[in-house]
Amino acid sequence: MLSGVATARPIVDAIGIHKHFGALHVLKGVDLVVSERELVFVIGPSGSGKSTLLRCCNRLETPSSGSVMVDGIDLLDRRTDINLARQRIGMVFQQFNLYPHMTARGNVTLALRKVAGKSRAEADELADAALARVGLAEKAEAYPLELSGGQQQRVAIARAIALEPRVMLFDEPTSALDPELVGGVLAVMRSLREAGMTMVVVSHEMAFARAAADRVVFMDHGVIVEQGTPAQVFGAPQQERTRAFLRQLDH
Amino acid sequence: MTDWDRFVFTFFNWKVMAEYLPKIVEGFILTVELALLIVVSGLALGLALAVIRSFGIRPLNWLIVFVVDLFRALPPLVIIVLIYFGLPSLGPAPSGFVSTWISLTLVLAAFAEEIVWGGILAVPKGQWEAARSTGLGFTATLTHVVLPQALRICIPPLTNRTIAITKGTALGSVVAVAEILSVASGAVAFSSNPSPLTLGAIAYLILFIPVVAFGRWVETRFAWKR
Ligand SMILES: Nc1ncnc2c1ncn2[C@@H]1O[C@H](COP(=O)(O)OP(=O)(O)OP(=O)(O)O)[C@@H](O)[C@H]1O
Ligand SMILES: [Mg+2]
Repeated sequence: MLSGVATARPIVDAIGIHKHFGALHVLKGVDLVVSERELVFVIGPSGSGKSTLLRCCNRLETPSSGSVMVDGIDLLDRRTDINLARQRIGMVFQQFNLYPHMTARGNVTLALRKVAGKSRAEADELADAALARVGLAEKAEAYPLELSGGQQQRVAIARAIALEPRVMLFDEPTSALDPELVGGVLAVMRSLREAGMTMVVVSHEMAFARAAADRVVFMDHGVIVEQGTPAQVFGAPQQERTRAFLRQLDH
Repeated sequence: MTDWDRFVFTFFNWKVMAEYLPKIVEGFILTVELALLIVVSGLALGLALAVIRSFGIRPLNWLIVFVVDLFRALPPLVIIVLIYFGLPSLGPAPSGFVSTWISLTLVLAAFAEEIVWGGILAVPKGQWEAARSTGLGFTATLTHVVLPQALRICIPPLTNRTIAITKGTALGSVVAVAEILSVASGAVAFSSNPSPLTLGAIAYLILFIPVVAFGRWVETRFAWKR
């Protein structure tokens, strides 16, 4: 996937990212460059800065320094309309974060109507199509509390993809799910990937990474320690810290 | 006269009651008007203050917190008396009705602001983040995602406060508002019989039992749909 797009503009181009929370230095100069249609998988111990890095990619966190370009838009430029830019960046959270007072369809249509300016009829149509893509066409009228965790997460994915983003950011999308519900969410993610979606995934689902990732990035203490194809990183890790992390995962 | 007869004569004297019923009805209507005005303006002002506060403009928020704490701390009667007897020395001379309306509106607004603000804070951060990540702006997120959830959280305490403060309309009797209590105690003085107070109590029940029932209905109506 990396070859052939070498001349194309990367979708995510985050360079030299530092992030401080008060005295805490959480990201210490991270570069994350993601090409079109690439699936980058981010792993690392708790507290290593994975979520913070992901959140810098849609400015839910503002980096202390560095530059973040997404689809050619400078997210850190004051003149950038961040709300417009965020339409191109889908995000899926560990806790789903569906709006509990709205149906599945309502969750998906809100941004379509209020941000993308679609009419109610248009938005409903797009929402139903997005819900169909995640296999929940028949749940359009259901409220989040009526859905399983796995179904809620798939609605959250539908909410993001309905806006036709250029890249999808996943922050531990299956960590809050009962084991038997994980497969359904991963299947949806795989189908997105097959449809050519550019994705950055923070997750502990190593089997999924092996099967679907183009590149695996290992982070620790706010830096990228090692990255490469799944075969390289999982099969022949170069750094001791990576080996230690992978060893401890096996247990 | 037995004790029972004396009790009935004192508190359920039909003759006295019949005589003063029309006056009590007038007082009832006035109380309803006053209560409605207080509820509408108090809740609207409280909601508006909470919304303004959520924009996080520092000096403005200090002012809001100060004013809200002030009106939560002062006894409502003190505010009514200050406005009714104090304001005229500065120029405007509001009637007892207007003084009571303004005072209780400010008190209700103060409590409502605190309750709604608490509701806004109780909405998980993830709701803001999810909405913002789809490109919704701050105001759109507040109106479409956060406030609907915050208000649902607020409904029980808000109903309780509203009822408690609206009952303060009886304080208007101190500044010559012809509301239920004032009319009833006037009638007691005239007739030398406390039965009008019984009527007054019944009038308050007729006024507030539906309000309490309405509060309950709102609570169940807006509970999460499951
Ligand atoms: N808003 C915040 N304020 C202060 N500290 C924060 C904030 N967000 C994150 N941190 C800190 O930054 C560090 C990195 O957090 P981050 O959530 O990015 O880690 P992570 O790699 O995603 O961990 P996990 O696997 O547990 O999700 C942690 O020490 C965390 O406590
Ligand atoms: Mg995290």
